[in-house]
Amino acid sequence: MTRHQFIRRITPQLIILGVVLALNFLVFHDFFKIEFQNGRLFGNVIDVLNRGAPTALLCVGMTLVIATKGIDLSVGAIMAIAGATAASLIVDGHNWVSALMGALAVGALCGVWNGFLVAFLRIQPIVATLVLMVAGRGIAQLITEGTILTFLDEGLIHLGAGTVLGIPTPVLIWLFLGGAVAFFVRRTALGMLIESIGINEASSRLAGINSRVLLLCVYVVSGIGAAVAGVIVAADIQGADANNAGLWLELDAILAVVIGGNSLLGGRFSIVASLLGAMIIQSVNSVILLSGMPPEFNLVIKALLILAILVIQSPKVGHLIYILRASAPPPEVKQTTPVKDVN
Amino acid sequence: MTDDGNPTLEAPTPEAPMLEAPMLEAKGISKFFPGTIALDDVELTLHRGEIHALLGENGAGKSTLIKCLTGVYRRDGGEIMLDGEAVDPLSTHHSQTLGIGTVYQEVNLLPNLTVAENLYLGRQPMRGPFVARRAMNAAARISLKSFGIDIDPTQPLSAFSVAIQQVVAIARAVELSGKVLILDEPTASLDREEVELLFSVIRQLTSRGIAIVFITHFIDQVFEICDRATILRNGQVVGTRQLKDVSQKDIVSLMLGRQLEARVRAPKSNVVGKTLLEIDGLRKTGMLEAFSLKLREREVVGLAGLLGSGRTETANLIFGAVRADHGAMKLRGHEIRINNPRNAVAHGFALCPEDRKTEGIVGDLSVRDNIILALQARQGWMRPIPRRKVEEIAQHYVRTLDIRLANLDMPVRLLSGGNQQKAILARWLATDPDFLILDEPTRGIDIGAHAEIIALINRLREDGMALLVASSEMEELVAYATRVIVMRDRRQVGELTGDEITSNNIIHAIAAEPMVEPAS
Repeated sequence: MTRHQFIRRITPQLIILGVVLALNFLVFHDFFKIEFQNGRLFGNVIDVLNRGAPTALLCVGMTLVIATKGIDLSVGAIMAIAGATAASLIVDGHNWVSALMGALAVGALCGVWNGFLVAFLRIQPIVATLVLMVAGRGIAQLITEGTILTFLDEGLIHLGAGTVLGIPTPVLIWLFLGGAVAFFVRRTALGMLIESIGINEASSRLAGINSRVLLLCVYVVSGIGAAVAGVIVAADIQGADANNAGLWLELDAILAVVIGGNSLLGGRFSIVASLLGAMIIQSVNSVILLSGMPPEFNLVIKALLILAILVIQSPKVGHLIYILRASAPPPEVKQTTPVKDVN
Repeated sequence: MTDDGNPTLEAPTPEAPMLEAPMLEAKGISKFFPGTIALDDVELTLHRGEIHALLGENGAGKSTLIKCLTGVYRRDGGEIMLDGEAVDPLSTHHSQTLGIGTVYQEVNLLPNLTVAENLYLGRQPMRGPFVARRAMNAAARISLKSFGIDIDPTQPLSAFSVAIQQVVAIARAVELSGKVLILDEPTASLDREEVELLFSVIRQLTSRGIAIVFITHFIDQVFEICDRATILRNGQVVGTRQLKDVSQKDIVSLMLGRQLEARVRAPKSNVVGKTLLEIDGLRKTGMLEAFSLKLREREVVGLAGLLGSGRTETANLIFGAVRADHGAMKLRGHEIRINNPRNAVAHGFALCPEDRKTEGIVGDLSVRDNIILALQARQGWMRPIPRRKVEEIAQHYVRTLDIRLANLDMPVRLLSGGNQQKAILARWLATDPDFLILDEPTRGIDIGAHAEIIALINRLREDGMALLVASSEMEELVAYATRVIVMRDRRQVGELTGDEITSNNIIHAIAAEPMVEPAS
């Protein structure tokens, strides 16, 4: 993809993000104000970046999984497992590096499990990952032995609540991991091969692509991303909550991918657009909080905002905008929407 | 050149029913796609009760014209007069209600519903809130009988042959629309008898005054059933002809814009190279009986046989697309194992599959990515082919294979059938294979591309490649095969070499009749 194509690809997401940020500014005029206090940046924009970290980390792997025509419902549960693993390792006296590595390994293992079910046993992804989505929180509870495991390890807590050069660590983690994966899949041929599998697996296999291993890989990436997110969430609250860590976050991740303009039918994908999608979701959350609406409105308003975003992105509306911008005679507009045979 | 340089309609001949206004008159139809002019000022006139062939190479604009007439695309210019009235089809549904019905090659019906349900879906006779099933079945039976087909309409559609399904689709289209019927490659997957059945139905429709557009790649069928033909090339009409006034060669020349080189039997040198591949006893239960083959460089082995004789299965087993139960393979004297296509590609094999859409192209990827796919897969994802090299390879094959496209970034699914096939060939040629398997390489593509692909096969052989080509077209096998293996009931039943390779002998071998003496 050339630079020009890349910019065109993410333009809709950038525009939407801009609009939502402007809404934030309207309800709270100090929204863009950033202050430096006690060696740390403070401000609502920083909060958006920081609070959006788990969704952003999930949506990286989710983008790849969805590009292969799959879906990973288990990422929320994997977050809980990873958080529980890290916490219990710390409680058992290991240092924070081993705890982190242990959590990542468990995340990768969960990914291998999902990938095995999908790629080798050929179980439909939505069902295959549902298994771990349901079982995962149970597993996490077994690890924490039913309690909320708290810890005070400085190193681990830093991952969720600390700062590097004044910037919250989670922000740096998701920017780095998201950027690295996005760069990596496009610099190698991985991106094209993943897209190829998602578009037509039979053709891809005949072309000599090792589709099973690649499928396994995307679920492993998704699992590892979820594990990082799980550790960050646990570190932030200094404890592993098997029941609530990452609860329903898989849906936000899927939503971020969709807002990023990636088709759930697989194929062409953009990780950067998905990351922008994650930030859009977090900005929507921020608008609702800052507007001071009663909390019972939150979910409804969020749903309406998301609906508006999806409608704007729908192909029909997109075409309409295209037509309106072009110099076509106005009366033609309605008739010129592409008519697909719906038989 | 026989091109008359006069792309307008010829004066109507006295035979044409000129008393009434034409059933359909399309004038100045234009359609633009980014970077290409798909249709340029195209005219098409259909008289009542006429069977009108629409001919042209792949990418000539046949499908685009049909899509403009049936409202799938919005035309960018021109007008359509149907039965004397200007119409403006907005969707396939709308064009149906206007009177233009279409039947596609792949029957667009629901195989798990009954014949009657398929016929009356969406307009079922009702009794109160319930479907009047008995009345519907009776009506279906009468309707189909009027087409000369007596079947039980309560059976699911899938219980019947493709030809019957086509007739059901036609009956539905005629009852819904009834002015113009467009048949898009209706005979592509039918055998001779089924074609006869279909033709008798089509002939019958003309007596009802319906105007029929017949699109096909089979020129002899055009002469068999059609009255007139309109020939398209590069989005323009190059001529409309009364078929009884012209020869097949005239039509083909119009389509190609050049005299088709007489399909000479290539002077097949007997100079074959060293043994490349030995296949011994390859088999899989239910798919193929023990298959053995010794293949040399500079050799084109043809696989002949009827549908279901095991041609495609053989190709798939050799390539590892399906894993064989038994069988040994030796490549240049060394034992090899092929468990999946990846192994095969690593050993320098390549396979262009029979079903281009589901097993060949990766539709949404660009033409460039499609061409580079197999080479990249073989190199592994860690070693991406540099962008400049990719561009070079893609450009090279677009040029040498004459792939017609707007640009390399366009999704391959937007190419016409013949150009898609060329893109898949390019994908494999880019891997520089030693052994190329082609399964029905010319299915559903026009004569121009057809001739080019046959020439390409001969050229590749001369360059030292070994090829195995499964084909149902005898003449084609005769044109390029140095040997022909005949398949029947999933087993090898014969082999023809040298002068024995004639259409007649192949047919005899398939039909298990004694062989005719070799042509001397």
